[in-house]
Amino acid sequence: MKIVYPHMGYMWICIKAMLEYLDVEVVVPPPSSKKTLLLGVKHAPEFACMPLKLNLGNFMEAAELGADTMVMAGGCGPCRFGYYAHVEHAILRDLGYQYQLVVLEPPQKHIGELLGKIKHITGHQSWRKVINGIRFGYHKAEAVDELEKTANYCRPREIKPGTTDRALQAALKEVIAADTPEKLPAARKRAFEIMRSVPVDRLRPVLRIGLVGEIYTLLEPFTNQDIERKLGGMGVEVDRSIYLSEWINEHLFLGLVKNKRSSKTAREKAVKYLGHFVGGHGLETVGNTVLYAEQGYDGVIQMLPFTCMPEIVAQSILPRVSTETGIPTMTLIVDEQSGEAGLVTRLEAFVDLLARKKQTGEVLA
Amino acid sequence: MSVTVGIPRALLYYYYYPQWETFFNRLGVKTLVSRETTRGLLEKGLKSTVDEACLPVKLAVGHVLDLKDRVDYIFLPRIVSTARREYICPKFLGFPDMVRNNIDNLPPLLDYKMDLYRKGSSMYNLFYAVGRYFTRNPARIYMAYQASLKSLHSHYRDMEAGQLPVETGDKHNRKECDVTIAVIGHPYNIYDRYISMNMLKRLRDYGARVVTADNLPEYVLRAEAEKLPKQLFWTLNQRMVGAAFYYFNRPEVDGLIHVASFGCGPDSMTGELIERFARRCSRKPLLSLTIDEHTGEAGMVTRLEAFMDMVRWRLNLDNVAASL
Repeated sequence: MKIVYPHMGYMWICIKAMLEYLDVEVVVPPPSSKKTLLLGVKHAPEFACMPLKLNLGNFMEAAELGADTMVMAGGCGPCRFGYYAHVEHAILRDLGYQYQLVVLEPPQKHIGELLGKIKHITGHQSWRKVINGIRFGYHKAEAVDELEKTANYCRPREIKPGTTDRALQAALKEVIAADTPEKLPAARKRAFEIMRSVPVDRLRPVLRIGLVGEIYTLLEPFTNQDIERKLGGMGVEVDRSIYLSEWINEHLFLGLVKNKRSSKTAREKAVKYLGHFVGGHGLETVGNTVLYAEQGYDGVIQMLPFTCMPEIVAQSILPRVSTETGIPTMTLIVDEQSGEAGLVTRLEAFVDLLARKKQTGEVLA
Repeated sequence: MSVTVGIPRALLYYYYYPQWETFFNRLGVKTLVSRETTRGLLEKGLKSTVDEACLPVKLAVGHVLDLKDRVDYIFLPRIVSTARREYICPKFLGFPDMVRNNIDNLPPLLDYKMDLYRKGSSMYNLFYAVGRYFTRNPARIYMAYQASLKSLHSHYRDMEAGQLPVETGDKHNRKECDVTIAVIGHPYNIYDRYISMNMLKRLRDYGARVVTADNLPEYVLRAEAEKLPKQLFWTLNQRMVGAAFYYFNRPEVDGLIHVASFGCGPDSMTGELIERFARRCSRKPLLSLTIDEHTGEAGMVTRLEAFMDMVRWRLNLDNVAASL
């Protein structure tokens, strides 16, 4: 059994660590690319959102590498993601791929359904080992998130352009290379030393922008066209509203790990504008925008894939949030048609606007 | 002095209007339904909604705007769920907020939620909360609610007897017809005459009997939808898929039309499943139509005519084959 799971940013590092610790053979699909997207677009429903198209492409590319079991997360709505696994499986089957499908989702009848699926994937390892594996994966996710956060801090402040990105890649390699839980702390330490060696100008004034929106678009650099790097290059410190480890802690561990940022505050802040959850991260998008405004950020960028339903609800509410809190917001919608030049132009215009606003604000003050 | 509650002729109006009207009238409240869709009404909606929203939502905003200055309240329930473990669509969950944050000077919205997601939940919560606006007497609310349920059920029975929503005393279906076409789509798309470009009437003029998901009892739809690998969590789409699967297997149905609105999330999934099912397990012609505010009438007419020709051609072919 060779397991494949779709890409979502650096999530592959964490799941690969977990499964390989449990002696499961894993096929990591090639990083999402134009080719992946083209494959997906060709066979997916036209109005499905970009994540589905990329997932499909990932599975097709992984099949060439010998993967035979696809593992997907599921859900029970109202966001479409909950049904993706089955639609993708139907498409792949019609195309002649011989995939076995395992969907990890909240069980419909009994918790045994889910546990049975985990047992199936892990090849009947002891629960103790499974739990250790999950913890290992989680710690990797945490390390990767910390590295990314550091990189977001360094990028707008680096003395020589490009050093942060090179350091981040080297640091990630250290984390990826740690193949047992025992080796992880040392690898983590080395990785942070690499990040610390990036020369930065701590006093340089920077703009701060919060990224909100749909989780896949935020986490997957291919879909958001490396927006964090692009903004960093323009002298902007970026804060992403969702990090993988936070999401895992909240949705899979149900907040078991303490002292982690949780979306609870965001959801409370959103109530004034949006009175009910709408699936996906719609409510969090609205709430985080309010939070960023309160924390004195200079602007907020919302990212969503075309036809994403929860985010459209949020999108239609953001203008009101922006008027009432005074924080400038911009919505970026991505799909297979998005071009890089268009994105860069809009980012530059938005950053210019924020810089100008900040300057006049300081003059007036 | 009597107050007037406005009900937009959009979204789930087509399922629930007999219930809503009865409820308000029993409480001595006048109801005003927004006018039938026109180009102007839709344009107003388009201006107050983000571009990415789907056609039904833009249209519903137009209907709210149509009512805005003519009523004391607007009844805009937040319909979270109408069946256990199911939703309608994320946009329905946020619709009252989309309206409130985009339109100024609105009359008060009666936007209490209707949520039957959990076991043991009841529609009564919504009606009680709304009823409190107009009377302090809980018994009156309860009586009105009971009466409204009766209207709802008789509405269901009428539909199962072959009638379609918003058509009273319908005689079209009894006209001489040689083919039967199943129209599979969201009620707010296929029953709105403007948005569907009068598709149902057109089909009848071509000599077709029209059936929809609403003509089937709930249990049939659910049983058919069980053919899916996993239960769908959108009520309306489950109905659509169930109806499609049922009609694909009925000998008296000669063709199916699937109507989706541009950018509709659930439709993009279920449309795909229906198409794949059609290709694998059925010989019946299937026409997929996507509509949005830019759809031209000529394009629609051409497709419908071509489709009807094909259905008849296929029918003749089958008759010839049977006689051999």
